[in-house]
This record gives sequence, C-alpha cells and structure tokens, in this order.
Amino acid sequence: MNRPIRLMAGFLAVLLFALLINITVIQVFQASNYRDHVGNQRNLLAEYGRERGPILVGNDPVARSVVTGNTLMYQRTYSQGPLLAPVTGFYSLVYGATGLERTENQVLTGRSDLFFVDRIQQLFAGRRPQGGAVTTTINDAAQLAAFNGLGTKVGAVVAIEPATGKILASVQSPSFDPNVLTSHDPTAIRAYYNTLLANPAKPLLNRPIVGLQPPGSTFKLVVTAAALASGQYTADSVLPGPAVYQLPNSTHLLHNWTGKACGPGSRVTLRQALAISCNTAFAWLGVQLGAPALQHQAELMGFNTGFAIPLHAATSVFPEQLDKPQTALSAIGQYDDRATALQMAMVAATIANHGVTMLPYLVQEIRGADLSILTTTQPKAFATAMTPANAAAETDMMVNVVQNGTASNARIPGIAVAGKTGTAQTGNSSPNVAWFVSFAPAQSPKVAVAVMVEDGGGTSEITGNGLAAPIAKAVMEAVLQGGSR
Amino acid sequence: MRQSNRRGTELMLLVFALVLVVLGMLQVGWATGTAIPTRLWVTMALLAALAAGMHMVVRLRATYADPILLPAATLLTGLGLVMIYRIDVANAQRAVHNNITPPTPDVYAQLTWFAIAAVLFVAVLILVRDHRRLQRYTFTFGLIGIVLLILPLAPVLGHTINGARLWVRLAVFSFQPGELAKIALTIFFAGYLVLKRDSLALVRTRVAGVGVPRVKDLGPILIAWLISLGVLVFQNDLGTSLLFFALFVSMLYIATGRRSWLIWGAVLFAVGSLASWALIPHVHERVTIWLNPFGYAADSGYQIVQSLYGFANGGLLGAGLGQGFPTLVPFANTDFITAAFGEELGLIGLMAMLMVYAIIVERGMRISVSVKDSFGQLLAAGLSISVAIQVFVIIGGVTRLIPLTGLTTPFLSYGGSSLVANWIIIALLLRISDRARRPHTQAPAMDDAMTQVVRRV
Repeated sequence: MNRPIRLMAGFLAVLLFALLINITVIQVFQASNYRDHVGNQRNLLAEYGRERGPILVGNDPVARSVVTGNTLMYQRTYSQGPLLAPVTGFYSLVYGATGLERTENQVLTGRSDLFFVDRIQQLFAGRRPQGGAVTTTINDAAQLAAFNGLGTKVGAVVAIEPATGKILASVQSPSFDPNVLTSHDPTAIRAYYNTLLANPAKPLLNRPIVGLQPPGSTFKLVVTAAALASGQYTADSVLPGPAVYQLPNSTHLLHNWTGKACGPGSRVTLRQALAISCNTAFAWLGVQLGAPALQHQAELMGFNTGFAIPLHAATSVFPEQLDKPQTALSAIGQYDDRATALQMAMVAATIANHGVTMLPYLVQEIRGADLSILTTTQPKAFATAMTPANAAAETDMMVNVVQNGTASNARIPGIAVAGKTGTAQTGNSSPNVAWFVSFAPAQSPKVAVAVMVEDGGGTSEITGNGLAAPIAKAVMEAVLQGGSR
Repeated sequence: MRQSNRRGTELMLLVFALVLVVLGMLQVGWATGTAIPTRLWVTMALLAALAAGMHMVVRLRATYADPILLPAATLLTGLGLVMIYRIDVANAQRAVHNNITPPTPDVYAQLTWFAIAAVLFVAVLILVRDHRRLQRYTFTFGLIGIVLLILPLAPVLGHTINGARLWVRLAVFSFQPGELAKIALTIFFAGYLVLKRDSLALVRTRVAGVGVPRVKDLGPILIAWLISLGVLVFQNDLGTSLLFFALFVSMLYIATGRRSWLIWGAVLFAVGSLASWALIPHVHERVTIWLNPFGYAADSGYQIVQSLYGFANGGLLGAGLGQGFPTLVPFANTDFITAAFGEELGLIGLMAMLMVYAIIVERGMRISVSVKDSFGQLLAAGLSISVAIQVFVIIGGVTRLIPLTGLTTPFLSYGGSSLVANWIIIALLLRISDRARRPHTQAPAMDDAMTQVVRRV
C-alpha cells in the first residue's frame, strides 16, 4: 500500500503548490490591480483611518483631523474655512487633495522619509505611522486683513517678508469652504463642487499664485530697475513724457491715462514719471533699454520661472523676441506681460530686500507627531536682481509715489511706505485689473504686498489707488502692528 | 541503547508555538491601541495549560508518538485565537464608533471549544489504547457517520444557517455533525476497505488500458457517490459533498493500488459536477460567481471580491496584525479567516501557515507509510487526506482557485465542531504513530502496562 500512499502524498503536494502559486499571483502580481479597483474601500479607509497631522498657522491648527462616528474614522476640518483655503487647500473623498494638503501629503500622513526613525519604531511596535505637522509662514493678522480688505471684490493678495521670502498672506476672493469638500457625504461634496465650478469668478482657482493678469503700471518698477541697472539713468534723468507717444515703426498711439503731458515741455524726471505713472515716458524708456534688458531684469525678479512654494505657482511671463512697439507696450505692463500677485509681491520684496530676490515659501517647519521640530525652511536667494544702491534709489522713488504721487491711499502715519499703483487693460470687454504693490517701512522693510483686484472698473491709476491701495495698507499695518512672527 | 522518543522536542516546539501566539496577541493589542484585557491573559494561560496537559497525556499514553503534530496543531489553533480576537477588537471598535452595544467577543467561546477539544483529545488517547480496536466497530462507525451526516435534516434538531442545512441545535448549543461524520466515515472506510480490498483490486477486463471493475464491485463507489450528491441536494453543502467523495476515492485507490478507481472516481465526479451545475441553482450560481466575481461585486460575489481585495491589500509582507481591514470580508472569522491572515500577515505569513498544514499532512502520510497494519495505514492516510482536501477546498475557494464552498479552515476558523473534530484527528494520528514508532525490542519497564495492552489485542 505504500506506493499509492506516496503517490497520493505527491498529489496533495501538487494541490499545495497550486494554492501557493495562486496566492502568490493574487498577493504579488495582481495586488496593485485589485488595490486600484473601483469599489475597493481599503485605500480610502487606510487614508481616513489614520490621523492626519495638522496644518498650523502659528500654533493654531487650522486644518486638523477629528474622529467621526462612521467607518471613515477621521474627518478633516478647517477652523478658518475660506480664509485659508488658498493655503491649506482641501482633502476630499471625491476630488482628492489640493494646496498644502496635497504637496505636504507625505508629511501629514507620516510617510515622509523625515520620519524614518519614527517609522522604524512603528514597524517594530506594529503601529500605523502617525502624521507629522506642517507649520505655515502665514501671519494670521495679515491674512485676515487681506481677506476683509478684499471683501466681495474679485481678487488676490500676497504678502511676503522681504528678507526671507516667507509668505505672510495669500488670500483670494471669492474663496470656498474646504469643510464642505472634506465632509464624508459624496452627494453634498459634488453639489458644492459643481456650484463652485459654475461660479464665473472661479473660487477654486488659487488666485494669489496662479491667477495671471497683465501687471500694468506696476511693471514700471521692473523697467525702473532695468534703467538704473543700465547705468545710463538715475532718478533724476530727464525723459520725454508727451501726452501721446507714437509707437516706433507703427501708427499706434499711446496715451497717458491723464490725457496730458507728464511735465512742463513734455519732459519729466524718472522719479516723477514713476510717481505719476507716466506711460509715454516708460514706453520710450523701455524702447531705449531694449527688450533683452527688460527681460533680463524681469527674469532676475522671478518672471519666466515657475516657483513651487511648495504649491505650484503659475509662471509669470515677460515675452521673448519683442519688436519695438511690443517692447514699448510691455514696458508699461501690457501686451503679453502676465503676472501673479505672488510675482508682483516678489518684485516689491526684491527692491525692499536691497535687490536680492528671495525664493518665496509657505512652509516654515515640518514637525513630528509630537510637534517636535524636524526641519525648518532656510531662506534662499533666487537671484541678485539689483545693486543695493539701485534698490535704495528705487525705494526712495517708490516712497515718493506714496507721498506725492498716485498712491496716496497707502500712507501710514509715521511710517514711510513705498508703493506703486497699476491699472491694466485686460481686453476690450473685460473690466480692468487694479493693482497695488508696496512695502513698509521703507528703510527696514518687514512686509511687501501685492494686491490685485480683477473687477477694477475705470482705466485711471486712481483705480489702483482707490481699490487696491487701502487693502495693501491694511495688510502692512497688520504685519507692522503685530511685529514679525 | 534506548531510542529517543522525541518528547523533549515536542515540548520545545510547543513552547515556541505558544510564544508566537502570545506575541501575536500583544501585537494586536499594540497595533489597535487596545489594552490586553485580563480575560485574554487568562485565555492565553489556559491555552498554554491545555497544551501542556495534552503534552503530558501524550508523554504518558502515547510515548513514541510523532513530536511535530501536537505543536503544529497548537500553533494553528493559537493563531486562530489571535485572529478571532483581532476581529473581535475590530467589531468592538466599530460598535463604539456607531454607539451600539459591542457584540459578544468570540475568542472566549473559541477557547471554551478548545478546552472541549482538548478533553476529547485526551479521552481518545486514553480510551483508544490501540487504533486497531476501532476496526472492530467498522460498521458501527459507518452507521454513526451516516446518522451524523443526515442529522441536520431531522425535523426538530436540524437548523439552516446561511443557506446550508448542516447544523444541529440542542437548546443553546449548535453543532455541525458533518465534521464528526468525517472522522466516523474515515474509520468506516478504512475498516471496510481492509475487508474488501482484495476483491476490489481484482481486474478482469481492461478497456483502453483502464481496468473495468466487476459490476458488483462498483457498489461501494456508487453508494459513496450517491450519498455525496444527497448531501449536496438536501443540505446544500457543496464542500462536505466534495470532501466526502474525494476522501472515499482516495482511500479506495490507496487500499487497492488500482489507478482505475481514480479514473472511475474522476468520471463520476465529472458527471456529478456537470449534473449539479446544470440542475442545482445554488451550484450554478457558485460557478458563475467563480468565473466572474467582479461582475457580481455588489451582491452575490461580494464575499469573494472583498476576500481578494483583502489578499491584495496584504501583498507580500501584509498590513501587519491589527492594521488591515479584515472585517470588510463577511464571515471574517469563519470561512474567510484565511483572507484575514492573507491581509494582515501577507503572502509570507500565509505561506508559512500553509507550510504548517503541509507539515501536519506530511507527518500523517508518513505515519501511514510507517505503521504496519493495513487498517492503521488506511486510517492515517484517510485522516491526513481529509485535512488536506479540506484546506485545499476552503483556501482554494476564498482565493478563487476553485468555486467557493462552505468549509471551515481546520484549526483556524471560529466554530466548535470543526475544532473538536480536527483535534480528534490529531489524537488518532498520534495514537497510530505511537504504535508505528514503538521500538520492537524489549520495552523499558515503565512501558509494561502498554506492552500488555498490545498483547491482548
């Protein structure tokens, strides 16, 4: 009987191998296929079963996970809702994650390599990784001031600490409430998301960093920097500033927004041209400097580079290969010039920071689950865009803009404010964009701000001063009163 | 020189198995953030005490028995307790989240069943001093087996759970007699085939190289076939039906050494399968789901699909005990407990557990080869094969290798009948191996009593 028993044992071994091969196929070769199946709740449950780390503004957890009663154990809540939506983004069951929730996902879920030691401990303890915390550079007072200042207007505000590149405020209007998108009710999430998509003002657009608009007269700051850098011009150089300037090689006529000449005898100093935002003088100056010089100066200040802060900002554009009439229009921030509020805040911050452009950043610290600090972001220079002397000269010219020029609404008693207004035409039918960029205090700048209001209305520089400057002023005051944090 | 009886090895392996179980329990508590309740510590202590008690009885009553079987079965039972506890924890946590009363934990009930199994294990070793005594009661066991098999059909006692009528309920106590029927029938087959093997091995004619048995010799296999089909039709129990028939054909082949019986068995199996696929809606549905589970993921294929997702989530290394989602699979601590292990221990853990089963079956087959009497050979082989087939049918089912049938996973699944029956199988195998390995030379004085027993039989 032994031979049949041995043969039968062999047959049972074959059955065992069939099982082993089958589970190997399922657990190794088919595993990722099964994991991605629609209807496989495990990924979702794993994501939501883990306590995601908080996003902090100062010590305030503005995004955190709270325990729910249902199968998805944790739900994300945002204590400030729409105020910080452009910073935190959302973390949704249906639409995935945006903002810091997306870019810092590895940290918040505890899967970042920064937690290597923790993970080794967790591996041996057999515990799920705990999420780390992300501290932002946001200054809550500045953020709130910008948010209240924009109110119901469509626009964006970015404030930067010039010396470091820390983003102190990043605000948009209209915004959205991430709390609704992070609920566990897919129907409610979809309904709200579709409402947001249908809104022509695009509340889901991260306006401060991806909303591109012609920078208008605020671009004259770049042209001024290029003029000073050329060595051929100073603040006191006299430029032609007629009421109307015929573009080179063209019949196109460029008018000043006042409709008048910029000075007696149609002549004006560079300082005065900036103060009254003289289009004809800057168009002429741009043509004299040449497109390559303007492009070089713009790129040193961050144009034509995509920044990850770590949210991906849109690339602000100064076009290449311009002919002379295009150069003239580009010099006053029209034609194909496009800038985000972030970019224009960087221009102001560069001038404020003695000519050094700092890389903007939104994440101050990465902390462990116990909130111990694991890494602190070190400020990094992007480029040296101006000499300190030229930066000081331009600062002086910008202070003049506020004190004697178009930017009267940005004045803060007892503090020297440097600023520049702008109004950009976005097309024949669309309303104009009102801009204001500034920094303060002029001699030791703590904050640089760019305000962009899209439904600006009129064409005059008064628009920038009227709509945008008071918001910038409020943000600067908020930072200066609170001190740097 | 005195031959080593390997009892020390058994004890060492037993300690190793128990340490693994305790570590598993600790890991579940740690990973789920639950403190180990005192009651669970008591459970682990009782598990160890029962295992030690069984070891002592083996030492005294089956001195030369195989040293691997007891630790291997203890390890699987202990791992089963770990996973049942882990699923208890998940159910309790979910109940807390939903603000409902937590369900009664199953792990303590399973321990109680293990205690009963241990008592029966000891009883078998003490009462059955020589396995050949069982041969005297061949037809009694045959009758017991048939009665146990059809008991669930009895009007008052019988009980249908989840569509299969294979339960007997006495007061609060429900039991699957089919599990015990499996043992009784294996004893019956062994005794019967020892008697009839010579005539069944006779081959008069051959057709295309396949032996054709005499018509009157076809009787037994046809009866086994009809009973299997009866179980399927009347009790809706595909698994037991399959197990029963495969077991009989395997033992018939071993008894006679005629491969023609395997062929006839395969033919009858094919006919029976096709007929039941065509005629029994329940079987037809199982096959349909097997072929395309994802097409029925929301309803009838839900179990198997969730099971596959669980295995996939485990991957190579597993999610780790306490860190998967085994409760997403229905019947996570009974039929689908393998999916829970696959998810949390991964391919590596599951392979290790399959190897433990392989060791049990291999030891059983080895005992079968080494024992001298035909009845013992057939019984050891039959018991081992029944474990092997059961493991293949249920694990093959939950991993979609074959259509899903409801069978318990030996030693692991929550449920008393299965645990008790499988521990009786271990006791019988130990009894046979004790006989097989006992030295023929003059036994030491301490074994006098046993030697006498052997002589009397």
